[in-house]
Amino acid sequence: MSGSSFSQMLELASGAVLVCAILTLWRSDLHAITSILSLQGVSLGVVAGALAAHTHDGALAATAAVVLVVKGSVIPMLIRQVVRRVPGGRETSPLINVPASLVGASFLIVLAYLASSKITALSSAAATRLAPIGVATVLVGFLVLVTRRKTVSQIIGLLLIDNGVALVAFLLTAGVPLVVELGVSLDVLLVVAVLRVLATSMGTVSGAFDLDKMQELHD
Amino acid sequence: MIAGISTIGLGVSIGASLLQLIAVVLGGPLLMGLMVKIRARAEGRIGPPIRQPLLDLRKLASKERIHSEHTSVVFAVAPIALVASVAVAIAITPLVSTFPVLGRSADLFVVVFLILSGSVALALAGLDSGTAFGGMGSSRAMTIGALAEPALLVAMLALSIQAGSSNLPEIVSSTLAHPGWIASPERLLSFVALLIVVISETGRIPVDNPSTHLELTMVHEAMTLEYAGPELGLVLLGQAMRLGFLFALVANLFFPWGIASGSNPAGFLLGTVILGAKTVVLVTGVELIAISTAKLRLFRVPELLTGGFVLAVLAVVTGLVTR
Repeated sequence: MSGSSFSQMLELASGAVLVCAILTLWRSDLHAITSILSLQGVSLGVVAGALAAHTHDGALAATAAVVLVVKGSVIPMLIRQVVRRVPGGRETSPLINVPASLVGASFLIVLAYLASSKITALSSAAATRLAPIGVATVLVGFLVLVTRRKTVSQIIGLLLIDNGVALVAFLLTAGVPLVVELGVSLDVLLVVAVLRVLATSMGTVSGAFDLDKMQELHD
Repeated sequence: MIAGISTIGLGVSIGASLLQLIAVVLGGPLLMGLMVKIRARAEGRIGPPIRQPLLDLRKLASKERIHSEHTSVVFAVAPIALVASVAVAIAITPLVSTFPVLGRSADLFVVVFLILSGSVALALAGLDSGTAFGGMGSSRAMTIGALAEPALLVAMLALSIQAGSSNLPEIVSSTLAHPGWIASPERLLSFVALLIVVISETGRIPVDNPSTHLELTMVHEAMTLEYAGPELGLVLLGQAMRLGFLFALVANLFFPWGIASGSNPAGFLLGTVILGAKTVVLVTGVELIAISTAKLRLFRVPELLTGGFVLAVLAVVTGLVTR
């Protein structure tokens, strides 16, 4: 892959990761959010793939394939199964409304850019310049975790954070070792699977998928 | 690049601008017809022919002029002001050639304010007739416009950071010279923001339903309810030109390939054809999105536009950081 098309691919895919993070805040339709998350996973896989093609690194290419499969299709599929049980399939009661959370996200993203200015100063390579986008995605994920009350939204916030961390790792370290990435991906997969079971049993016990409904302990 | 204007010659620039004007005056209504056709086909109907808006304009032009006795001069002038402001914007923006006449003044602020002045003229006309619907439409259109115009400005500003200039011909020709810019994160953010703004500015489905005349939902139609005959034709032409202009502008800002950068007449013709193809692709994409969504409640529209504005702001910030 030539130098310029490599950095273009990298820029486009990292940009797509950030756009997807913002879109998850913006849409309230959980089905749409799951599709956006799947698109984000694919973009992340493309980032890893582009880096692998650039560095001719076989292990990284394998990592990219794992990311593409796990984050692009397996995890979204698991989430979709939970979403199907949520009545209405919408995030109905965020703690702060959508315009306010969008404005909050823009502040967080600016904060992420400012905080990672020391990192970008290290090198002028395309991958280093794009690292703040990963940090920004992590912060948007935190915002989703804090402000959204549906269990599915909580899982999505967690995945946003994970995708952001993975993006930073890919861009800055030119690929984490395959074992580490495999471990992290499977961990996340496991967490989503466990959360899915929890969410489902929560739904059958309390009849709701809303965290605010869980205020007292049950013995 | 701007210095190229002197070498290209004033005559050629004027020719290019005239060509742009003709292309958008004919193309805008055709794009509207295309949107109606796509929707009809998606709903399993045959739908009116694509040239239907042009036929409507011809029919309206041959009708008698009627004014309510309660209207003032604003009502008569507004359609002309709308068409004229859009026409100036079309003539000076790089749509077919990167050297339109007065290209040096085609700053993105100038173009946005030309578009805005057309909207303001129409809103004043809506208020002027003194009917309840007109006033309601104007107030709604201004509410939406007040959110959409800044987003339009900021989204285009993100592109000007890369080019180092807020001059539109400069932005387009330097994008042409650096194809690597097209795939950058700030362009992606800005593209999504501009699409949202263009949908709301042209009154398409998630924001406004152009085919409804129900008082609860209409925005653009409410303002023009009192118009009839040739003046209604002018208003419709102005709205169609604005639609064509905005789509052509977005197409050229993000995908500038095929625009004529010399003085070769064949290049102009090719540029026109390619511009047509690009806008048709863009309009088809937007209409396909519109088909799959329902119209938003008016109070939800600011949410959509805030999203557009935030994306635009982030495009600027990302552009500054990842430069």
